[in-house]
Amino acid sequence: MARANKPLPESPSQTAGPYVHIGCMPNYSGIEGIYAEDPGRQILDARTSGTRIRIYGYIYDGDGAPLTDAVIETWQADAAGRYPSPQDTRGAADVNFGGWGRKPCDPQTGEFRFATIKPGRVPYPDGRLQAPHITLWIVARGINVGLHTRLYFDDEATANAVDPLLVQVDPQDRVATLIAKSTGGGGFRFDIHLQGADETVFLDM
Amino acid sequence: MSDESGHHAYLPRDRSWQPPGLTPEYRSSRLRSPRQPLLRLPTTLSEETGPVFGHALLGPQDDDLIHNYAAAGESALGPRILVHGQLRDQSGRGIAGALVEVWQANAGGRYRHRNEGYLAPLDPNFGGCGRCLSDANGYYRFTTIQPAPYPWPNNPNAWRPAHIHFSLFGPAFAQRLITQMYFEGDPLIWMCPIVNAIPHRQGVESLIARLDMDAAVSMDMLAWRFDITLRGLEQTLFENRSEGL
Ligand SMILES: [Fe+3]
Repeated sequence: MARANKPLPESPSQTAGPYVHIGCMPNYSGIEGIYAEDPGRQILDARTSGTRIRIYGYIYDGDGAPLTDAVIETWQADAAGRYPSPQDTRGAADVNFGGWGRKPCDPQTGEFRFATIKPGRVPYPDGRLQAPHITLWIVARGINVGLHTRLYFDDEATANAVDPLLVQVDPQDRVATLIAKSTGGGGFRFDIHLQGADETVFLDM
Repeated sequence: MSDESGHHAYLPRDRSWQPPGLTPEYRSSRLRSPRQPLLRLPTTLSEETGPVFGHALLGPQDDDLIHNYAAAGESALGPRILVHGQLRDQSGRGIAGALVEVWQANAGGRYRHRNEGYLAPLDPNFGGCGRCLSDANGYYRFTTIQPAPYPWPNNPNAWRPAHIHFSLFGPAFAQRLITQMYFEGDPLIWMCPIVNAIPHRQGVESLIARLDMDAAVSMDMLAWRFDITLRGLEQTLFENRSEGL
């Protein structure tokens, strides 16, 4: 059967705008009684396997001001490095882990925070293991296409040094923008810079 | 391409079709757009997987914005409309079980949000959010009221065309997309710096819902048809290409 070989064009992205919270976290935005709970509010529960960690940080604009209206989504493997997704056909993931989170930046300070578990290592398409990482996706007013980046961990230096993605960052000193810094007690600080000398490496994958 | 590990790569995003990060006419993009090139790489398992949502997530009125925030026996003010369409990937195949989240201003152009200061009144019976899951063939539908255009401070006398915000999930996180739906015939569409961030006119056209009289409900509501395309697998196209040879 002859079918068109040319792919349909992806629908163009448009900014999430300043009121993204209404649609993505209505309870947080004060619209209560429609959804029982905002999706992605809890990434894990008491039964989830793995080492508890807390991630926190800020998203800075080109003037160095923290964004107070952004929403950040997280997607990660479980502690064994399996994704709770039917697209991951390597075996069952932790049934007590959804893998996905969605958090606002604080409307006053801009801080974002999420509690999760340290992800396991996931293979690259060629079979090499990637270093533990969390996928991040940032939307806000002024962002035309959601920004995709990754968070790696500073206590995984050996794995980071041979990570198949990190080794392709050019120049290599920009790898530092993708590494969260341990602050003790399971805390990791990860700041995102949209512009400037410390601009985060954003991905097109 | 697929390899023996079952890996399925997604087509790279066509960045010439998508808005660039920096679109100076849309002022907020100036300080919020990366200036370094994005690191462009093939997808890995981290992008080819994504969260799963099920019907247990949904409440009975999640797809009915006319009533989901209204007091008992009341409904939101404004023209009642049905919005529907197909969610599909770049091969044209419907995407089943996908979470579609929407939000919008009310019939006066006012959002229910702490940062919103437009003088149009809030409608006590309208919250402005809704969601649904696409069916086995990728079709989604929800009922709402027609939102109004509203002014914004981007430039003097700037008005957003009437629109509904859409947040979309496919089975892969690589397919994640937020966009906006516009209404056929709205002259404000072509004056809007957010719309005009889209490089190609056909791209803009693809975000304009068409009046769909076949789906309108007599004496009840008009209908608008809005189809959405998310990224597709390379493998699908490879198979099609083989068939075509
Ligand atoms: Fe809007």
